[in-house]
Amino acid sequence: MASSIRVRAIANGDITEVQALIQHPMDSGFVKDAKGGLIPPHFIQELKFACNGKEVFVADWGPAVSKDPYIKFSFKGAKKGDDLKISWTDNKGASDETTAKIA
Amino acid sequence: MTTHIGPHPTRRLILQGAVTVALIGLGNLPFAPARAAANDKYPEEAFKQKSEADAIKALYGKTAEPSDKVKLDAPEIAENGAVVPVSVTTTLDKVTSISFFVAENPNALAASYKIPDGTMPVVANRLKMAKTTNVVAIVEADGKLFSATKEVKVTVGGCGG
Repeated sequence: MASSIRVRAIANGDITEVQALIQHPMDSGFVKDAKGGLIPPHFIQELKFACNGKEVFVADWGPAVSKDPYIKFSFKGAKKGDDLKISWTDNKGASDETTAKIA
Repeated sequence: MTTHIGPHPTRRLILQGAVTVALIGLGNLPFAPARAAANDKYPEEAFKQKSEADAIKALYGKTAEPSDKVKLDAPEIAENGAVVPVSVTTTLDKVTSISFFVAENPNALAASYKIPDGTMPVVANRLKMAKTTNVVAIVEADGKLFSATKEVKVTVGGCGG
């Protein structure tokens, strides 16, 4: 299966801008399905970005983050070709990770 | 009928053992990370709080003061409450975390970001909003909390119903 994480990390001088898009239902637990039953909560709780082994960004998410979440941030100290590791875990214990090269 | 206590006590013991080992391991390292362990954990309690004030208290244990150095960018009117782009930037120094609260949502805390050294205090994401609501961004800088608030008018709620 293709990775659930799509990421673009671009170094511009000392600053690297990271944009990531993750495929996830992010069910809040408040939405009902067609039969009127509640769809149980299913959302990403933790999302981590590490560059060359150092954590550069950690997101703690609740169910109020939109479906197929998007996130953008920037950090200093990386250069072209460095590895950026992205990993997430959700409230059901599922997880995924990918490593991107900074362009 | 026997009760279901089969594998669980063992599993718990193993887990506890692992945690203890990890703690001892950390203690032995001369340069163990200075950050408190509680800071690195997923803030389960804060995400359960209904009101924005309670969520801020549960997450940070203090209150925030409004600051014009925190710039919250959100649309005036969101047609679709399920996907509202919200971003925050700040000129404050020593930012350690940024959090987003949606006051009228069933649980106010939407997202909380840790900003380690070297990461810019700028975050953009997309949040769900149940109805027209105040959005509050909290920036933790140098141990203090600063906030910015903006009202977003929502025409179609994003929490189902």
